[in-house]
Amino acid sequence: MKFDTPAGTNPIDQMKVVGKPVDRIDGKLKTTGTAPYAYERHDVVKNAAYGYIVGSAIAKGRINSMNVVDAKSAPGVLAVITALDGPKLGKGNSNTANLFGGPDVEHYHQAIALVVAETFEQARAAAHLIRVDYTRTDGKYDLAVQAKSAPLKGDGSDEGSGAPPVHRVGDFEAAFAAAPVQIDQTYTTPDETHAMMEPHATIARWDGDKLTLWTSNQMIDWSRRDVAKILGIPKDNVRLVSPYIGGGFGGKLFVRADAALAAVGAKAVGRPVKVTLQRALIMNNTTHRPATIQRVRIGTDRSGKITAIAHESTSGNLPNGDLETAVSQTRLLYAGANRLVSMRLALLDLPEGNAMRAPGEAPGMMALEVAMDEAAEKLGMDPIEFRVRNDTQEDPEKPGRRFSHRNLTECLRRGADMFGWDKRMAKPGQRRDGRWLVGMGMAAGFRNNIVTKSAARVSIDAKGVVTVRTDMTDIGTGSYTIIAQTAAEVMGVPLEQVVVLLGDSDFPVAAGSGGQWGANNSTAGVYAACMKLRAAIVQKLGYDQARAEFTNGTVRAGNRSVSLGEAVGQAGLTVEDGIEYGDLDKQYQQSTFAGHFVEAGVDAATGEVRLRRMLAVCSAGRILNPKSARSQVIGAMTMGAGAALMEEAVVDKRFGFFVNHDLASYEVPVHADIPHQDVIFLDETDDKSSPMKAKGVGELGICGVGAAIANAIYNATGVRVREYPITLDKYLDRLPQVV
Amino acid sequence: MKPFSYERVTSPAEAAAAVARTPGARFIAGGTNLLDLMKLEIETPAHLVDVNGIGLDRIEPTPEGGLRIGALVRNTDLAADATVRRDYGVLSRALLAGASGQLRNKATTAGNLLQRTRCPYFYDTNQPCNKRKPGSGCSAIGGYSRPLAIIGSSDACIATNPSDMAVALRALDATVETVQADGTTRTIAIADFHVLPGKTPHIETALKAGELITAVTLPKPLGGTHIYHKVRDRASYAFAIVSVAGVIQPAGQGRIALGGVAPRPWRVEAAEGDLPKGAKAVSARLLAGAKPTADNAFKVSLVERTIGAVLAEVKGKA
Repeated sequence: MKFDTPAGTNPIDQMKVVGKPVDRIDGKLKTTGTAPYAYERHDVVKNAAYGYIVGSAIAKGRINSMNVVDAKSAPGVLAVITALDGPKLGKGNSNTANLFGGPDVEHYHQAIALVVAETFEQARAAAHLIRVDYTRTDGKYDLAVQAKSAPLKGDGSDEGSGAPPVHRVGDFEAAFAAAPVQIDQTYTTPDETHAMMEPHATIARWDGDKLTLWTSNQMIDWSRRDVAKILGIPKDNVRLVSPYIGGGFGGKLFVRADAALAAVGAKAVGRPVKVTLQRALIMNNTTHRPATIQRVRIGTDRSGKITAIAHESTSGNLPNGDLETAVSQTRLLYAGANRLVSMRLALLDLPEGNAMRAPGEAPGMMALEVAMDEAAEKLGMDPIEFRVRNDTQEDPEKPGRRFSHRNLTECLRRGADMFGWDKRMAKPGQRRDGRWLVGMGMAAGFRNNIVTKSAARVSIDAKGVVTVRTDMTDIGTGSYTIIAQTAAEVMGVPLEQVVVLLGDSDFPVAAGSGGQWGANNSTAGVYAACMKLRAAIVQKLGYDQARAEFTNGTVRAGNRSVSLGEAVGQAGLTVEDGIEYGDLDKQYQQSTFAGHFVEAGVDAATGEVRLRRMLAVCSAGRILNPKSARSQVIGAMTMGAGAALMEEAVVDKRFGFFVNHDLASYEVPVHADIPHQDVIFLDETDDKSSPMKAKGVGELGICGVGAAIANAIYNATGVRVREYPITLDKYLDRLPQVV
Repeated sequence: MKPFSYERVTSPAEAAAAVARTPGARFIAGGTNLLDLMKLEIETPAHLVDVNGIGLDRIEPTPEGGLRIGALVRNTDLAADATVRRDYGVLSRALLAGASGQLRNKATTAGNLLQRTRCPYFYDTNQPCNKRKPGSGCSAIGGYSRPLAIIGSSDACIATNPSDMAVALRALDATVETVQADGTTRTIAIADFHVLPGKTPHIETALKAGELITAVTLPKPLGGTHIYHKVRDRASYAFAIVSVAGVIQPAGQGRIALGGVAPRPWRVEAAEGDLPKGAKAVSARLLAGAKPTADNAFKVSLVERTIGAVLAEVKGKA
């Protein structure tokens, strides 16, 4: 189905099943521990041996030799495969560094050996017996140092808003110089790690030259392509199965060393091999969100109208790595005649930087929306009024190109009402509650909506059971449920009569999970396939296509009516189709919007921050399932709280690695950190996005929330911290004296 | 994890003898720290002696009016004990400020005293660490040292002791009771139990090889207001950046011990005379001679501010 004109009325608009806050259809499996995750596929793979990966002990240099004599003779060991004697692997399109290093080492904990043994413990014990002789070479590990000579670079990926090396509209410098009110500040965000609950894990089994990988992966088809490329085998010989994923956040968009080396190990020992990345390896072995240094300049006239806005960001990566596109949202969020955005990419020898939940906007909004708060204060304006004054219905870089649907102002107004914004003291440091300094902060939320083709196969059997097969993934988001709701709505059957099978490369290629594109695109693909199935059923029955209705498990036209099971008969009926897009996303800017509100307490003595209330009001098209969507937004708000207050992969700038590489020392929020969270979805549809009229929401919740927290801390204390995470050591000496 | 042998014993004397006769043997009780370290091969015992079956799981009054806590009393049970809550509130609060409910259910009183530093360089076996591998050097010095010690450290090691419980025990002047392989028993003052790193940071306590902790004894109750104030980056399940155990009397005299700043619970009795003068004075004497790094210099003022918060809380309660 080609979607190239705005959606008219269609079966989804019935909203009998879609739009209802139904429980997850896979919830019981998860709460009873019976959802099969990659490392525990005892149901399909017997007799798997265990692989254990050895990571490089240096960040940059060369392996001179590896002594594996003791490891090979250790109890239970089946094979020791090293980077020096193992197969030479290719590099996936989505990988920057090789997944199997050596003799040259590209980053710390790069995989350099795999030990395969009868048990996990034996493999791990043997791995500790490998002795490696390295020659260390100097590397570049300090972004602040390398930033000084970092060249300009455009965004090579097609994900997110994207940006060329330098993008100008009007004359920023002249307009900024002339602006009566100016903000010119630099903000930094640290490296962050995904810290998903389920580590990367894969079981590999070869059947002749055919390879099956049971793995934990967000993007089945990308990864199937990359597995083939890495191993040098035809894509048709690779099957990837990933029905349940214990969190990914972008860390599982791509094939990682567990998948590549499980395949290598299984080949070597002639039996299935399972590999998981040990927690302490994940941070340096896999990808992370790169740190940024961001300069934001905003010039306004006396009335608060932005006349000049600039956002320049520098991030670092390995050679051939990508940027953190932290300036993207600044091209679209606020009006202003004179504009400048640019990005620089420094060369670093740290592990590979790549996507993490809302790449670009998540750290970008943490800078832009604090700068907006600073500008509002300088203007003496309420920060909401300042944003409303600079709201726009047009792409600020391309006058005349409208947003498909944009209701940022309503997000901010509704949020202000709900949150009691009128009780906020404009002057900071004025509110006290016992030992706590209390403040409120807000920020806009912004994340683009991405459309991408997505297919599904839909069947009906003689009992009228509808089965959907698509390689779409559910990374904890609720894909199973919204796909079932979509099929139930279109086919006119109860939700219980829909079976959803996901995450298998034998199924049609779907959008996958990333960039908050999964929900809208994958359900649109299922919608397309279901509409085709409807047409096939009607044609088989000889009914009038124009008059046929699907309702209560029957198809009806005029006086004629038959159950779906009877309609398709014993043979059943299967069709396949997908959604493909025209250029509505070029004609219109498709984005999602939010208002984030936070109340925070800061301990006047110790500087500890404790959040008190959080609210997000979201404008994101039709909400397919308010319950799972809410879960997505509160999860993202929580992750944003981590980014604002505690998360930092600390770089050892001498030796080039993330030091706090476990979950004891890389702190993410726990229950006690997260207060009452409210989420409100504006009741709306976006007819330019897809027949579902929905947009993404899973990343919107993290975009802006960190800035709202920073602004609340400022409002509480009068101390502005521009260096994330906002830990007490950065402002303790600026707090009021209490002793 | 290296393969190891394992046995269960039924009495303290048997336990001490079992460890003494097997080179490389270690006691195991809750295992909440030792097992993690074994998986990483930071600890590589050849033999484990499981002491969970030797009793020592009671909390009993002493003839002197204090309390004797068996070595195997779980942190959860100790924190919830009615007498502890009434008479030694600082201990209960310190316990509840540490770890998680699940860990406290397993962790024992003796094991808590013996837990090892959380210095990230100690945990990464690729990095030099004098505590893990004597003589290899200290990679934390000049590296990421924000969580590490500002006082009591040495050129060989700047690790901190991670225990909350031990900080409260230090304020309470607890004593540690032990049995050795030959059956002799002794008591060690908590002040002498953890030793400073000097040139031998791998030696962390006064215990001899095979010596088993049998109990921790608290002197009779001090009265006063008991506060344990733990400062951390997240609200729960995090080690202290700085913690203050305070037992403060109505007249303003009292005791203060610090966590998160030194290789052992940090208390300077002489400084406590300045308590009535306020946090600044006490803090200055407590931290006299401190040698923070650029990363953790903030702890000096944080200690002062946290003591200030404790004293303010006492005033608020009075």
